[in-house]
Amino acid sequence: MSMNELREGFFQECEDLLEALSDGMAVIDAGNADSDTLNAIFRAVHSIKGGAAAFGLEALVEFSHAFENVLDAARADRLTLQGEALALCFRAADRLADLVADARADQPSDSAASATLIAGLDRLLGAPSDAPPAAPAPPADEAVAPAFTPLSAPVSFDLPAKKGGAPAAAPDAAGGMSHYCIRFAPSRETYATGNEPALLFRALAAMGDLSVKADLSRVPPLLEMAWDEGYIIWNLTLHTRAGEDRLREVFDFVEGACNLDIRRLDAATLAGPQPGPAGAPGGTAADAAAAPAPATPSPAPDTVATDEPAARPGQGAPARATIRVDLERVDRLINLVGELVINQAMLSQSIDEANLPSGNGVDSAMGQLRQLSSELQERVMAIRAQPVKPLFQRMSRIVREAGHASAKLARLVTSGEATEVDKTVIERLADPLTHMIRNAIDHGLESPEARKQAGKPPEGIIRLSAGHRSGRVVIELSDDGAGINRARVHETAVARGLIAPEKDLSDEEIDNLLFMPGFSTSPEVSALSGRGVGMDVVKSEIQRLGGRVTLASMPGRGTTVTISLPLTLAVLEGMVVEVAGETLVVPTTALRETLKAAAADVQRIGAHGWFIAIRGGFVPIVDLGAELGFQPGPEGFVGRVLLLIESGSGRRAALAVDRVLDQREVVIKGLENNYGHVPGIAAATILGNGRIALIIDPDEISAAPAPGPGAAAPRPALATAAGA
Amino acid sequence: MTDAAEQHPVSRREIVSFRVANQDFCIDIGSVREIRGWTPTTVLPHAPPYVTGVMNLRGAVLPVVDLSARLGLGPTEPSPRHVIIIVMIEEMTAGLLVDAVSDILTVNGEEIKPTPDVAAGPAKTLVEGVLAIDERLIRLIDLGRVFPDHERGEP
Repeated sequence: MSMNELREGFFQECEDLLEALSDGMAVIDAGNADSDTLNAIFRAVHSIKGGAAAFGLEALVEFSHAFENVLDAARADRLTLQGEALALCFRAADRLADLVADARADQPSDSAASATLIAGLDRLLGAPSDAPPAAPAPPADEAVAPAFTPLSAPVSFDLPAKKGGAPAAAPDAAGGMSHYCIRFAPSRETYATGNEPALLFRALAAMGDLSVKADLSRVPPLLEMAWDEGYIIWNLTLHTRAGEDRLREVFDFVEGACNLDIRRLDAATLAGPQPGPAGAPGGTAADAAAAPAPATPSPAPDTVATDEPAARPGQGAPARATIRVDLERVDRLINLVGELVINQAMLSQSIDEANLPSGNGVDSAMGQLRQLSSELQERVMAIRAQPVKPLFQRMSRIVREAGHASAKLARLVTSGEATEVDKTVIERLADPLTHMIRNAIDHGLESPEARKQAGKPPEGIIRLSAGHRSGRVVIELSDDGAGINRARVHETAVARGLIAPEKDLSDEEIDNLLFMPGFSTSPEVSALSGRGVGMDVVKSEIQRLGGRVTLASMPGRGTTVTISLPLTLAVLEGMVVEVAGETLVVPTTALRETLKAAAADVQRIGAHGWFIAIRGGFVPIVDLGAELGFQPGPEGFVGRVLLLIESGSGRRAALAVDRVLDQREVVIKGLENNYGHVPGIAAATILGNGRIALIIDPDEISAAPAPGPGAAAPRPALATAAGA
Repeated sequence: MTDAAEQHPVSRREIVSFRVANQDFCIDIGSVREIRGWTPTTVLPHAPPYVTGVMNLRGAVLPVVDLSARLGLGPTEPSPRHVIIIVMIEEMTAGLLVDAVSDILTVNGEEIKPTPDVAAGPAKTLVEGVLAIDERLIRLIDLGRVFPDHERGEP
């Protein structure tokens, strides 16, 4: 494994850790700050720090360290995360994510932003440590260099040079000095896994006063030396305020691959007000004498960090049962399994035709093979679909930042995070969603004062929800702000020459003006939104994904933007039915009930209008076979199976089918790429036998009960040629 | 030899020839992805008569065009002996239902002559040119016109 791979592994782990952090923060924000949650987020930050130290990512180490101190205080009940403190932690979590991203991209980070937050975090831990937080650091730096000079070992570390740049020493804001003796004997594995002792030492040096001695006694004569064996034993002494757990975490990545012994000498005596720190009780380690006296005798009240019992090593990151796989591999697998299923079906058919004598075992083996391969197909196809949760989590950050920048109070409330959407779609939704949220906060929500005047709570609510509706993925973003100022929108549109001044527009038409290119209602361009890109960009981005955006607004009550995405590659629960010999899938999300039509309930109006009376209401009957052109119009519906569906807009219809075959999860395959839109059809899916079944679009089917609905439905691409 | 090569430096083309309704047709080999036996298709509602339906190609849903019907030569009654040529036209993948694939040929660009002015209807629109090989007349199909969607895309 190369260093780069290890690094990449670390960053991938960081993604998970940041997600865990974000999860935990959300729980705390909801007011459920139990100790498990606090421990979880502490561990997340802690693990990031540990990894960062191993890779020499100092800015990250420094920041996560400061953050971790606050979380540590919180889990020890010395600090309550609410109000200001919680807001700061949220920003710190965001900043941490930035730092990770910067480190990953090898970009310099905005150190000013980190410094401000670190100062804020340190302040949370109380006034006593306000003044000297950075003081112990420089001596630590200097002490490292001389510690090496007496060594005759022909190795040199660039510790001082590296350390000089950043005042990274990230001291614990509080805490008594402790004295540690570390015996670190790297083995062959330590080096083989890409670890570099110098980096570990540098991380230790960042914690305090470090001296390093190489024990060369094990080094054999040159001729007997194995080139990849670790012979040198390092004896380190560290004088620090950090707890033992922090030390251990520096060695997180090498633990198990080396011989490590960390001993803590009596801290109280060493850090006490009496002079002579060298007088370690019992003289446990002669090495202690080598450590210089602490530069700043720590004030007595600083007992915060070290009083924590030394943490359990090896309990760093919770085990996660996930692996990361290249998307392309998954796609290839999906296609392969598709082939397998077809071949299995073909084989099965050939066996049927071969008329083998019964009881030969082939039948039962084939049955098992069929079951296995169809299950395999289902499982494999579900891999691509992922819950929208991480996307929504990212959005909570956008809400915080946008609220902060526009001086508005906003809170994100999410629902339906478990809704599964194709991974690619999730990725491409991030930008449009970000933009919409900024818009909602910048233009939608009122200032806290204005909200109070309007009788609303000062804090605005941004709701983000996801769900499968009518065979499409629907993502809704709503705010409880002032709603669209239609007069101003109209005025602006006229001023920009987008519409003629005398034109009379309905409310809906005015709302949709927001999607016109070059439209921005904000009188002055704000830092957040209104930078030339508007809702038109959002719209085109969503359309590129095959989706639709609609907007609804209530003056004084807020605005809702609805994104409806096709189910391409998403998974949906559907009822498999047969109509005129064709197999079709009706999304269960739209399905209300199945019934058999009784003679008394079926009514006819005009030549083609059939209705069924259901509990006092009349629902139009749509003969699926006729509607889709598979068979001529029906003679009657008595005795037929009817599926009562309800479209996204609340319209109901009863679909007449021949037979219900099955109810199962199907994977959606788009028709748009290779063919075009088919009226009444949302997408296609591939059944267990390799055949394609079409998925009904309940919206379109129920909207067009009579054949030939006209211009509203786009004609299929190829049909144009037929007409031509 | 050398002279001849110099005269036609860039015009050599590889084509796949096939039979549809007892006539020979061909397309450029570059558009052909693979050739498969006929598998039953799923009927598409509201589709033009020459689209027999959609097929599953390793998890992708492709429309299948009955080339005979498309050329106005009458619909094909597909059987396991029929062949589907999977073609790629720009970003779109589709299947062409043909009777049989005959050959892969290398021809000179000059051998392709304009379509005689006798034909009319869809065949005339779809045939880009003709070439005579071993006394057979092979019609070169303009794939872009088989799927008019792409024509429509550029108004």
